This record gives sequence, C-alpha cells and structure tokens, in this order.
Amino acid sequence: MSGSMGENGTDKGRDRVLGALRRSLGREELPAAVRAELTARLSSPKSNLIPARSDGSPAHQVALFTEMAEAVQASVVRVSDGADVPDAVAEYLAQNNLPSDIVMAPDAALDRYPWATRPMLNMRRGHAVDADQVSITGADMAFAETGTLMLTSDATRPSTLNFLPESHIVVLRADQITGAYEEGWRRLRAEGEDGAFMPRTVNLITGPSRTGDIEQRLQLGAHGPRRLHIIIVEK
Amino acid sequence: MQSTSHDFVARAQKGLVDEDLQDALSRFRTGFSVKRSEAAALLPEFEALRDQAVEIKNHTLEHLDFYLERFADKVEESGGVVHWCVTPEEARQTVLDICRANDAKTVTKSKSMIGEEIALNPFLEANDIEPIETDLGEYIVQLAGEYPSHIIAPAVHKTKDQVADLFYERHKDQGGGKRLEEVDELVDEARAMLRHRFIDADVGITGANFLVAETGTTAIVTNEGNGDLTQILPRVHIVLATLEKAVPTLDDMSTILRVLARSATGQEFSTYTTLSTGPKRPGDLDGPEAFHVILLDNGRSRMLGSEFREVLRCIKCGACMNHCPVYGAIGGHAYGWVYPGPVGAVLTPNLVGLKEAHHLPNASTFCGRCEEVCPMRIPLPGLMRRWREQEFDAGLQAPRYRLGLALWAWLVRHPTSYRLSNALLIRALRLLGARRGRIARLPFAHGWTSGRDMPTPEGGSFHAKWRRRSRE
Repeated sequence: MSGSMGENGTDKGRDRVLGALRRSLGREELPAAVRAELTARLSSPKSNLIPARSDGSPAHQVALFTEMAEAVQASVVRVSDGADVPDAVAEYLAQNNLPSDIVMAPDAALDRYPWATRPMLNMRRGHAVDADQVSITGADMAFAETGTLMLTSDATRPSTLNFLPESHIVVLRADQITGAYEEGWRRLRAEGEDGAFMPRTVNLITGPSRTGDIEQRLQLGAHGPRRLHIIIVEK
Repeated sequence: MQSTSHDFVARAQKGLVDEDLQDALSRFRTGFSVKRSEAAALLPEFEALRDQAVEIKNHTLEHLDFYLERFADKVEESGGVVHWCVTPEEARQTVLDICRANDAKTVTKSKSMIGEEIALNPFLEANDIEPIETDLGEYIVQLAGEYPSHIIAPAVHKTKDQVADLFYERHKDQGGGKRLEEVDELVDEARAMLRHRFIDADVGITGANFLVAETGTTAIVTNEGNGDLTQILPRVHIVLATLEKAVPTLDDMSTILRVLARSATGQEFSTYTTLSTGPKRPGDLDGPEAFHVILLDNGRSRMLGSEFREVLRCIKCGACMNHCPVYGAIGGHAYGWVYPGPVGAVLTPNLVGLKEAHHLPNASTFCGRCEEVCPMRIPLPGLMRRWREQEFDAGLQAPRYRLGLALWAWLVRHPTSYRLSNALLIRALRLLGARRGRIARLPFAHGWTSGRDMPTPEGGSFHAKWRRRSRE
C-alpha cells in the first residue's frame, strides 16, 4: 500500500496518538502495577447493574421475551415439540402468502426438525442471495429483557440470512431464552480465553428492520427483513 | 466538512421563517422527547444505569491510552488492521489507500458522524470513487446535496412531500416512475434503489458506537439493517471511529447500550446491535475478507487534557438536541457544522475553533433540559458557559454587545448608580406603556419586541420593595 498507510498503519501513528493522550492525562505510560490491575479487570469482567425485570423462572423469561418481541413487531408462536416446527413454518408461509422456497442455515442444530414431513417446503442450505425471500436460522440465545435474539456467525451460520431476505424465521428452543445480555457474553467467553472468543459477527436482533427517517413515521422493512417470525420450541 | 457556524445568526433567522422546516420541526418537538420519557419511566433502574455509564466512561477516559492499545492489539490478533490517524486528512487518505488497494469503484456507507467530520464523501468523489449513503435519512440528504441536520435523524428537517419531490426527481432516470405519496412507498423505493448498490459495493464503511478493549470488537447500533448489509456484503469493511468510543468490556458496553436507545429514540433497544471482530473466519460463507479500523484523534486527545474533557463521554444519542428549545425552533442546519444542538455548541468550537463557532454556545437559554436528559450526565450548560467566558476574553462579540456588558458590569458594582438608573428606567418604561399596560416597541431593542410585547413594570424595583418590607 502507499505512503500514508505505511505511516499510519505502523507504530508511528500509534505513538503520536498515545503520546498526545498521555500528555493530556499528565503522565507517562501507566505503571506496571496499574496495567496489571486493568488487565485483570479485562480478563475476568464483572457485570454492572442488571435490570431486575428479567429475573425469575424460565417460564417468566419465556413470557417476557414473547411480550417484548411482540411489542417491537416480531411475531412469536410456541410449539410444544420439535416435530411441529415444519408445520409451524408451512403455516406461517401460507398465512403471509410467502413462497415456499426457503434458504436455511446449514446449521446442524436445525437438522433435528423433521423437514421431510413437509415436502412442499423447498429448502436450500447456505448463505442468502438477493433473490431469497425467506430464510430460516436458529439462534444462539435470546434475552427476555428486551425480546432480543443473539445470532453468531460461523461456517454454518452465515449472517446474510439475517438481513437479505424479506422474511426471517428463527427457530428458538425455550431453554435458550435467558434474562439479560450479560448471559450471552458469559456464554461466548466460555468459547476461548483472554478475549479471543468472538465470532466475526454477533447480531443482537430485536424485531424486524425499521426506519422513522421520514417524518418520524415508523415503517418496517427499511433494508433488512420486513418480518421477523420466532418459533419457540418448548422441548 | 466546511463550517458555516460563523453565519449562525443569519442561518437561524432563515430557519425561523422557513415554512417546510417549521412544519417538520413541529412534529419533531414532541416526537422523541415523549418517547424518551416513556422509555425511562418503564425502567426503574434507568437513573442508576446512567450513573454507572458515567463511571465507566470516566474510568475509560482516565486510562484511554491503555484501553486503546489493548483494543488495537486484539483487533490485530483477530486478523484486522488498525490505522492510527491524527488528522482528518490522514484518515481520508487512509480510506482512499485501502479503496485503491482493493480496486474499489463504489463504497457503501452506513451512518457515520466521523465520515461527516472528515468530509469523506467529497474526497472520495474527487478521487473517482462513488460513496453511497445507505441509512435512509443519510440517503435523502445525499440525494439533496445537503448534510445531516440531526445526528440520529439526518433528514428530520424535511417533510414527506419534500422527500417525495426529491425521490421523483432523482429516481426517474433510474427506473423510478410516478411521484409517490405515502411514507411506505418512499421507503420501499429507497430499499429497491439501494439493494443492488449493497450487493455491488467493493468496500463498506461503518462508524462505531463502541470499541471494546476486551475483545477488539467494534459495535454499531442501527434500526434499518443497512449497517449490516454494508459490512457483510463487500470484500472490505472499514470502521471509522474516534478515540473516545473505547469501553473496557462487553459488560460495560451493555450498561451504556441500556441508556443509549432509550435516550435517543425512546426504544427499549435498537433493532440491530452488531458486534464485528476481525475479517471473516476460514470456512465462513459470508462476511468481509479484510477488516480495517481507522482510529482518529482529530482533537480528542487535546480535549482530554482540557476543561472540556467531560464532553468526551458523549455517546451521540441526540437527546440534548431532541429536548433543546433552541434546536427545536431553528433546526440543525443553522449550527453550520456536523454536530448541532447543545452538544454541538460544546464540540464545534473545540473542533473548528472558537473564532468560527463562537455564536453556538450562545444559542442556549440555559434552561438545563439538555443536562437533565443527557444519559452521560454531561454538564452541557456549564461547558457552554466556559466557551462564553473564553469568547469574552478573546473579544469575539460585537462591540455593541461588549459595551452593554461593560456598562452592566460597572452598574452592578456601583449600587447608588444602579438604583438610580433602575428607578429612572422603570419610570420611563411606565410612561411608554402607560395607556395599554404593555410596550409594543422597545427603543434599542426592536428585535426583542418584534415578536412579543414587553409588559409595563408594576410597582418599583425588588430593592425598593425589600426596603419597604423591612421598615414595616
């Protein structure tokens, strides 16, 4: 790359900025003892105040999650058994007059549902392209606090599924619903050490895409999905 | 961006008589502020969360060198590149170099105030790279050849009819058709127009709401999903961020997120909070192949060591402008630079100089609503007052204003003269308004009475009353 990259991309730019910060803070680089203390704060992060609203039994959390998600225009259905998921999908597509061509994440967690029982559902597994109208994904977790889903990317969970199609269907197990976002970070941290556990993309999704940019009037489906449908599988 | 803040007074006057702007602002004045108070009322912990958010940011600023180094190390460990830039010129050039190295023709952008600050779009255009704004509000102002008038609602100054005219005009040779009337049709047309731009773009540029030191993660919050299509479809993702966006951990970010959307739009949580760490991983089916973070100083390190440090806690929610009676009357463009409203009145003199922006800290009645609603408890009126003091010391006001202040200062230090002139003034005002009980045209202050009447003083001065009272 050309000249300025060399200058700014290397230690020179870093030293100039850090030097200016330290002059303004009226000190040199922090002493080793303070650095060690701050490093410890980062390697065992503690939670701050967590709102009490999502405390309580799993049943309370599922109910709160549903209430909060519906309040932001997601639709939520509950099925008692995984075997009912393909029917719930077919029913949703029919109700909303949506095509039965679906792109689904190649996520093994979705293989447990008996898709073959609904042969009319025409499934492709992979990432989304422009023409895709409907996607199906799982989720890593969900937070009752605000009706928020957490989806992470990897080789079997491409992020385009969450944004390109007009309708996004998420199949969520009831035991994946927890209280607050901090539960999500705890879960991610269990994947690796010293801050090296993050997938490329973590999406926290709360309802379908929206905009209020014209006269502050709420309009769904600005660029992402117009519809977010959540199927909660009770067992 | 070129500042026109020196022209504030004339621009504000223009705003006050602009019918379309006043129509747009009449909706704005109650919209966000009502939603914010409803959202705050729904969360009993809201005030305590604000306190913690302030503590987190104060701690981060005190150790900003440490947290930024840690952040940069983690970005690099996850395969990304960090570019430390001191000036807007360096940041622009770095973006251009990355675009050229990737043979980029078009660049999609999700909303970034830093992009406005460094005037990235005209620079890319001058270098034959087409920048495409994808946030609906930003897209509208880009089509109109304007700049955002609000930091979270860039086109809040436009009415639906103005957007309809604009889209009709600008879309007709791109497959658009008739002039659309309804908001949903306008949103759908923008969605359709931008869809192939997302897919064709070579580079995607986003801002950052947070830089998480723990993991080397950058985070954005959006409602439209444009920030996500901007970063997962092109080959290269560039993040533009200034230094003060750092937070220590994901937990610290969560605390600030809990006050951000509630303060901004009154939402419990934004639709999309997206955390990005490095480029796509081996085997990933989508995501960018390269991840660059541009860490821009542009005056932040200087502000850290100044009496304006507290404004670095700002999380750009827009609550101060949503609640400001001055902003609500004149709109954001009057302020003449990237950041309008109360936070703009504190930031702009820091970033473009007091001489250019000295009017802005005066565009406040000091009613205190901005400080009351600021989730980060930034003492905005107090910081504006410091700029006013500096403005006076630098002799930047009009001579007439300085003469008035000097006269006032002399009078209040000479009680006898003060009382005498006060008594004379009261008598003169009574004579002026004797017949109607109010004064329609005040000598030497026509501007003040052009929009309202001055009531005729009743009784004497406070001093006189106090003396009578203590005698009784």
